[in-house]
Amino acid sequence: MKPLRLIPRNTSVQFIRYRLIAFALSALLMLGSIGAVLGIGLNFGIDFKGGTLIEVQTEGPADIARMRSTLNALGLGDISLQEFGSERDVLIRIQRQEGEEAEQIKAIEIVREALPSDVEFRRTEFVGPTVGQELIEAGALAVGLALLSILVYIWFRFEWQFGVGALVALSHDIISTLGLFALIQHEFNLATVAAVLTIAGYSINDTVVVYDRVRENLRRYKTMPLTELFTKSINETLSRTTMTSVTTLLALFAIYFFGGAVLADFALAMIWGIVIGTYSSIFIAVPLLLYTGLRRGDDDEGVDESLVPEYERTGGKGA
Amino acid sequence: MMQFETWKTILVAFVCLAGIAYAAPNLFEKGIGDDVPTGVPGKQINLGLDLQGGSYLLLEVEAEVVVQERLEAIVDGARRSLREARIGYVDLGVEDGTAGFTVREASEVERAREIAAELDSDATVTVDGTRVSLSMGEEAIRQIKINAVQQSIEIVRRRVDETGTREPLIQRQGDERILIQLPGIDDPQRIKELIGQTAKLTFHLVAVGADANRPPPGSRTLPQVDGGEVVIERRVMVSGENLVDAQPSFDQSNQPVVTIRFDSAGGQRFGRATADNVGKPFAIVLDGQVISAPVIREPILGGSAQISGRFSVQEAQDLALLLRAGALPAPLTVLEERSVGPGLGADSIAAGEIAAVIGLVLVVGFMIVCYGLFGLFANIALFFNIALILGALSALQATLTLPGIAGIVLTIGMAVDANVLIFERVREEIDAGRSPINALDAGYSRALTTIVDSNLTTLFAAIFLFALGSGPVKGFAVTLGIGIMTSMFTAIMVTRLFVALWARRRRPASLPI
Repeated sequence: MKPLRLIPRNTSVQFIRYRLIAFALSALLMLGSIGAVLGIGLNFGIDFKGGTLIEVQTEGPADIARMRSTLNALGLGDISLQEFGSERDVLIRIQRQEGEEAEQIKAIEIVREALPSDVEFRRTEFVGPTVGQELIEAGALAVGLALLSILVYIWFRFEWQFGVGALVALSHDIISTLGLFALIQHEFNLATVAAVLTIAGYSINDTVVVYDRVRENLRRYKTMPLTELFTKSINETLSRTTMTSVTTLLALFAIYFFGGAVLADFALAMIWGIVIGTYSSIFIAVPLLLYTGLRRGDDDEGVDESLVPEYERTGGKGA
Repeated sequence: MMQFETWKTILVAFVCLAGIAYAAPNLFEKGIGDDVPTGVPGKQINLGLDLQGGSYLLLEVEAEVVVQERLEAIVDGARRSLREARIGYVDLGVEDGTAGFTVREASEVERAREIAAELDSDATVTVDGTRVSLSMGEEAIRQIKINAVQQSIEIVRRRVDETGTREPLIQRQGDERILIQLPGIDDPQRIKELIGQTAKLTFHLVAVGADANRPPPGSRTLPQVDGGEVVIERRVMVSGENLVDAQPSFDQSNQPVVTIRFDSAGGQRFGRATADNVGKPFAIVLDGQVISAPVIREPILGGSAQISGRFSVQEAQDLALLLRAGALPAPLTVLEERSVGPGLGADSIAAGEIAAVIGLVLVVGFMIVCYGLFGLFANIALFFNIALILGALSALQATLTLPGIAGIVLTIGMAVDANVLIFERVREEIDAGRSPINALDAGYSRALTTIVDSNLTTLFAAIFLFALGSGPVKGFAVTLGIGIMTSMFTAIMVTRLFVALWARRRRPASLPI
C-alpha cells in the first residue's frame, strides 16, 4: 500500500502574503472574545462561584417539569434543572443560600429528601465560597505561571523575538477559547482551566515546531528574503502540523462523543484549542516575526552554543 | 548506517518489559495485587474517588473558638480568685481577644496583677492604671490552633472509624483544614452529622429561681433542646473528659437512653456533687444546649449515669458514639464536598475505556494509512507507550481520575507527534536526494531538538497544573506529564530501535514512507 500524503510535497502556499487578512481576522476574533467575556461573561461553574450541584439518574425518562416544581416549592430560591447526557440524567443546581457553609449543606439534605426514593444520586458537589475564591486564584496563578515559564523557555532556547511572537499567539488562543465559552455559555470549571492549560501547551508545541524550522532556515539561507524564508518554513512543516492536529483531533473527538457528559466540555475546549492553535502558529506566530526586528546574520548571538546539538553546529548548513 | 548500541537495545527492552509487567495486573480482577509490597509489579492503578465512587470532604477547624474559650476560662478563674482574695473589681469579661477587669482600689492593683499572672501560663498580663488585661501572644495562639487541629483530626478519625468506613483517608491540609476521603461512601450525610457536632458534654447545677434574662454572675442561660431556657451555674460539676465509656441502652420505660461511665476521678466528683445537692435539679449540657435537667433524687455514687432526652434509637447510638470518641476542641465547617455514586464511577470508567479504544483505533489506522510500515512501527511504540503510562501509574500508585483518563486519550493523540515529526523529516531528506539510511539518520537527529523543545513546553504546563490544581485536575496533570515523558521515550528510542533493526536487515533501496 502506498502511504498517503495529507499534504502534497513541496507546497508553497503564500501564508505570509495574506498575513494582513489573518491579522484582521484575529483582531476581530480577539475583540469579539473580549467583548463576549466582558459583556456576556463566563458561565462559572460551582468550582469557582461556590454552590451546589447534584446529578441524579431516574429509572425511566426523567420528568424534569415535575421535579422542577417539587424542588422550587422548597423555598431554597431558584433551583435549576437540566438534562445531562441522557434523558435519564438530570443535573440539579442549587443557588447559593443565605448564610454560611452550614446553610448550604442543609439545603443539599432538603433537596435529597424531597426527591422520590427511586432516584439514584450519581454525584453531589458542594463548593463553599471560601474554597471557590481560592480555586479561582490557584487557577489563575497556574495559567499565569505556565505562560511565564513557557515564555522564559522560548526566550532561552530561541531569541526574544520568538518569545514575543509565541506569547502573542498563545494569548490569542487562550483569549479566543475564553470567548468561545462565554459565547456558548458552557460551564467554565476546573476541567476547563485544565483544558486551557493543555491548549497552551499544545499551541506552544505547534509554534515551537515552526519556529525551529525558521531558525534552521535562517542559518541555512543567509540571503533569502524573510517573507520567502518564513513561507518556506511554514510550508516545510505544514505536513507535520496537519498530521499531528489530525491525530490529536481524532482522539479528542473520541472523548467528545464517547467519553461521557462530564468530559464533553473539556474535549470541546480542546478541539477548539487545537484548531485555533494550529491556525495561530501559521498565521500569527510566524508573520509577527517580521515586525519584531529580527536581525539575521548574527542569529547565533543569543543562542547558547552548548544547547545546540552537535549535528546542527556542524552539518546543519550543508545539504 | 543507523547506529543502535547493544546497551540501548537492552535498556529499551528492559523499560518496555518493566512497563508491561507493572501494567499487566490491571487486566485482572480488582484487588488482585493489594498485598504486594510497593515497588514490585502487581499493584493496580489507584482509582480516584470520581471513578470508584466515594466522598471527599474538606473541613475547616474553627480554631478561633478555642482561643475564645481559653480567654473565657481566664475570666472564670479571675472571678473565683479575686473573690477568694477579696479584691473588688468591675468590668470583668472578654473583649477583642483580651480578657480583663478593673480593680476598684488602686492599692490592690499589685495583688490583682499577681493573681492574674497565676491564671494562665500562656497569657501575658498588662496593667494600665487600675485595668488588668490578659492576652494571648501570637505564638501561644498559633500553638493553641495547631493543637486544636491535631486533636480534631484524631477525634474525626475515631468517629469515622466507629462507622466502619473502609480505608478512610484523613489528613491535615494547610493550617486549619482537614481533608477526608471516604471511598465507597456516596452519601456522606451521616459522617457529616457525626463530625458536625463538637459533642462537648458537661454537667452543671441549675441556678434555681434565677431570671433567665438577667442571669446572676457565675451563671448563664442556655436553651433547652425541647424548648424553653434554663439558667445554669457556669461551674462544671463534671465533664465528658471524665468519661470512659458510653453505650446506647433503654431505661425502665423502654425509652432510648445513653448510659455513661465515669473514670474514678469523675465518678468521685459526680458522687460528691450529687450527694451535696439532693433534691435540686442539675443540667446535662451538650454543645451549648440543655438535653435534660432532672432533679437529683439520691446521690449517684456508682460512677455511672444515664442521659435521657427523648432520643430516637439512632440518636442515642450516635450520641454514645460521639461521647466515646471524645469531644472536638472546636466546631468544624464543611468547606467543600464532592461525592460520586458507584454507578457514575463505573459509567465513567466504561465511557473512558470506549473513548480510549475508539481514539486508539482511529489514530492507529490513520498512522498506517499515512506512513505504511513506519506507521506500524509508530503504532507498536504507541502500544508500549500506553503500557508504560499504565505501568508508571501502577508503580507510583498515583491516582487515576476521570480527567486523568482524558489525559491518557489525549496523549494517544499527541504521542504520535514525535514520530510524525521524525517521519516528515525523513520524507524531506529523501526528497532532498539522500539515500534511505542517510535520510533516516538525518531525520532522527534533526527532529530531536524540535521534539525536546516542543515536549518540554507542554511538560511545563503539566507541572503547573499538578502543583496548583486540586483533586481531579491534579489527576489530569499526572497522566499528561507521565504521557509526555513516556511518549518521548517511545518515539525516540522504541520506534528507532525497530527502524534500525529493519534497516539493518533489509538494507532497503527505497523507504516505504
